[in-house]
Amino acid sequence: MKKLINLSLVIIGLTTTAFLGGRYIEQAQGTSGADVFHLYNWGDYIDSDLIEQFEEETGYRVVYETFDSNEAMYTKVQQGGTGYDLAIPSEYMIERMIEEDLVVELEHSRIEGLEHIDPDFLDLNFDPGNRYSIPYFWGTLGIAYNEDLLEGFEPESWEDLYRPELADSILMIDGAREVIGIGLQTLGYSLNSRDSSELQQAADQLTELSPNIKALVADEIKMYMIQEEAAIAVTYSGEAADMMWENESIVYILPEEGSNLWFDNMVIPHTVQNEEAAYAFINFMLDPEIAAQNADYIGYSTPNQTAMDYLPEETVEDEQFYPSQDMMDNLEVYEDLGLEYTGIYNDLFLEFKMIK
Amino acid sequence: MTRQRKLLSIPYYLWIVLFVVFPVLLLLVQSFRGLDGSFTLTNIQTYFTSQVYLTMTMQSFLYAFLITVLTLAISYPAAYFLTQTKHKQLWLLILILPTWMNILLKAYAFIGILSQTGFVNQLLDNIGIGAQPLLFTRLSFLIVATYIEIPFMLLPVFNAIDEIDGSMVLASRDLGANEWQTFRSVIFPMSLSGVRSGIQAVFIPSLSLFMLTRLIAGNRVITLGTAIEQNFLVTQNWGMGSTMGIILILIMFAVMYVTRKRRKGVPGR
Amino acid sequence: MTKNKNWAKLYLFVVFILLYTPIAYLIYYSFNEAGTMNQFSGFTLEHYAALAEDSRLLIIALDTIRVALLSALIATVIGTFGAIGIYFSRRRQTQNMLLSLNNILLVSPDVIIGASFLLLFTLVGFQLGFYSVLLSHIAFSIPIVVLMVLPRLEEMNGNMITAARDLGANHLQVLKEIILPSITPGILAGYFMAFTYSIDDFAVTFFVTGNGFATLSVEIYSRARQGVSLEINALSTILFLVAFSLVAGYYFIQQQRTRQKLAHMDPTNHEKAVTP
Repeated sequence: MKKLINLSLVIIGLTTTAFLGGRYIEQAQGTSGADVFHLYNWGDYIDSDLIEQFEEETGYRVVYETFDSNEAMYTKVQQGGTGYDLAIPSEYMIERMIEEDLVVELEHSRIEGLEHIDPDFLDLNFDPGNRYSIPYFWGTLGIAYNEDLLEGFEPESWEDLYRPELADSILMIDGAREVIGIGLQTLGYSLNSRDSSELQQAADQLTELSPNIKALVADEIKMYMIQEEAAIAVTYSGEAADMMWENESIVYILPEEGSNLWFDNMVIPHTVQNEEAAYAFINFMLDPEIAAQNADYIGYSTPNQTAMDYLPEETVEDEQFYPSQDMMDNLEVYEDLGLEYTGIYNDLFLEFKMIK
Repeated sequence: MTRQRKLLSIPYYLWIVLFVVFPVLLLLVQSFRGLDGSFTLTNIQTYFTSQVYLTMTMQSFLYAFLITVLTLAISYPAAYFLTQTKHKQLWLLILILPTWMNILLKAYAFIGILSQTGFVNQLLDNIGIGAQPLLFTRLSFLIVATYIEIPFMLLPVFNAIDEIDGSMVLASRDLGANEWQTFRSVIFPMSLSGVRSGIQAVFIPSLSLFMLTRLIAGNRVITLGTAIEQNFLVTQNWGMGSTMGIILILIMFAVMYVTRKRRKGVPGR
Repeated sequence: MTKNKNWAKLYLFVVFILLYTPIAYLIYYSFNEAGTMNQFSGFTLEHYAALAEDSRLLIIALDTIRVALLSALIATVIGTFGAIGIYFSRRRQTQNMLLSLNNILLVSPDVIIGASFLLLFTLVGFQLGFYSVLLSHIAFSIPIVVLMVLPRLEEMNGNMITAARDLGANHLQVLKEIILPSITPGILAGYFMAFTYSIDDFAVTFFVTGNGFATLSVEIYSRARQGVSLEINALSTILFLVAFSLVAGYYFIQQQRTRQKLAHMDPTNHEKAVTP
């Protein structure tokens, strides 16, 4: 009995120490008490130096929280409970959030620097007139492969992934729309197909691809490709940029059949508490020099055309990351499919995973 | 039984109502909801008619079973031997400590160990077998899952064996039993309560592992956890996810029933 | 006899090596100059230096420990009395029902627990942050405590209680003098498991955290996009060594005390059961 009480006291003592230690570090940092700005973003999706710079320039203290999928973000924002001031979801999720009144309409008079954004990335279907969202990054889905490991053969299309010599050598991104999309595009259908027979055909088509799949993974793809665990990966452009940075034998291509083009935009969720800071952050990120620094760090493509002047030439001229108009026309943007078809895509995907 | 004791248990009952009964009711209500929010039985129907979901359930069972058997096979002797060492409590703690290292980090360590150029493959290469693809196989999944679950078996089994009254063991020895006989007729039967706790603590969560299935098995192993995660987080079909949650709870009841304590006129209460 | 002992030691040694291989791997690479957990290119302490500069990570580490220590403590108290409540509930059916309810959280996948707790918190309008995380951790740790304590209760000698009662002890005395001492190992095991659950948890915390509060696993996960940085290895190495020395230190202090006590004869001491 005494032992238990003593132990409890020790534990309470340690807890208090941990608490005081934490507050001490905060104090030393001198950031407690400042005006807080809640940023809700993908993990590792901003240069952390820029957060510091933003804090210094504006005096706000940034609380950076991350999500790992649009859906997780949606759930949290919808439920409330945290006062997120700014979030950066993808286009199909923005479409849905607008529909469900989860985002606040922007006052364009308070935004400076929108003229730097390439008109191609403004006024898009998911948010006409950019009434709710401002572009942050964009990118594509494509094929990254290791020249050395493939020996003479260079994949150019989704079709090429089906080759028998590629057995057990492809790493695939773990996403239903991406994988089913490959099946659809191999057959020449739309990425947003809502036709049951087309979807079934795509799923059947993918069955043939399955022996070539080594694994379905997420962020780890980058690490595996750099370490040459696999020869080919289906991945996003920014991830590929990082791989190429670390391993010179890696090449990124957009498949001939076309692929997915996506946008991540900044929105102000309905949970906003510090609008002032949210606008300050939007304006900060629209600054061409800042945008360039961020793009250079993250590896995705910036929609800020003025920022291109600050980026290394080889990046801007790389057709795989800043594709020509021709190639862009070949790319397709995801639409919000609605719950029913999202479910069907995912069930087909689950079936695909089970083939093994 | 007594008012005081009941008073002390109140927080526990409060917990049951707030964090168990209430969420389960929520799940139940959800599981009868279709995508449009109306009352429906489709979720249950879909589950029991879908080849995919049924196969997945079977697979989950199989893996959870294998993980439990492996864990038990490794932990039981370890726990038994531990009780015989001098500083047994210390050694026990030391064997459990690795659990405190973050699971994601440990997964990354395993990725490093099992990868093409990793530690194990270098070893295999050196002894002339040559590098094997280890990562993204069912075997590596089993190994890592077992690794993760061992402490959760070791602790209850150790406690049960440690609790056995030393005089019983002595008595058995005095009656001429050798070590094996003593183990078989005294220690093993008396340690079963710990084994039961261990099985419950390992088998049941193993049904729904999902991080490891992606990180280590590259989604080549699909458990119920994968499907539930997908339904909750990706498809946002909370109805279907809840249905599977309810099914998991029912499976748990079955496991509890199978591993329940069979009472054989134990005196005392 | 001695031969058997040697085999036992060898077996334990092998298990020890297996359990510590990944840990050793992580620690080894925390000194890697190359910055990845793949090729070891040379020794460096730069990841430790970077860690010292990273106040965000340090705060998160302390917060994680705080949540784990505290949630495990509260869960242990609630769970222990819960187990006693279950044990003394008269009808077998009630017992079984309580136990089944108890185990529901153990089987439920983290995602479901997280999602339903999130619903719960938002229904009552609870702000997400430290307290929501703490409450959730307490909630999912309670069942494991009950599972650890209950077998001890069942093995407790019921006659002792009856005897004590006959001698005029009241309920509180029975609890303090008989029940708690005989289930102490179970309680300690329960605390340990609860602590472990809390430190280990990712998915539930991911759902119920907010307002800038994070635990290590959430932070590690969000940083994993660029590949786990070795700074995290460095942090884990330090935390692990601290935990290791705390455990060992605490154990030896306990040992000293028991040895002193042994002089006064303590019949419940387990030491003598081992080496007759």
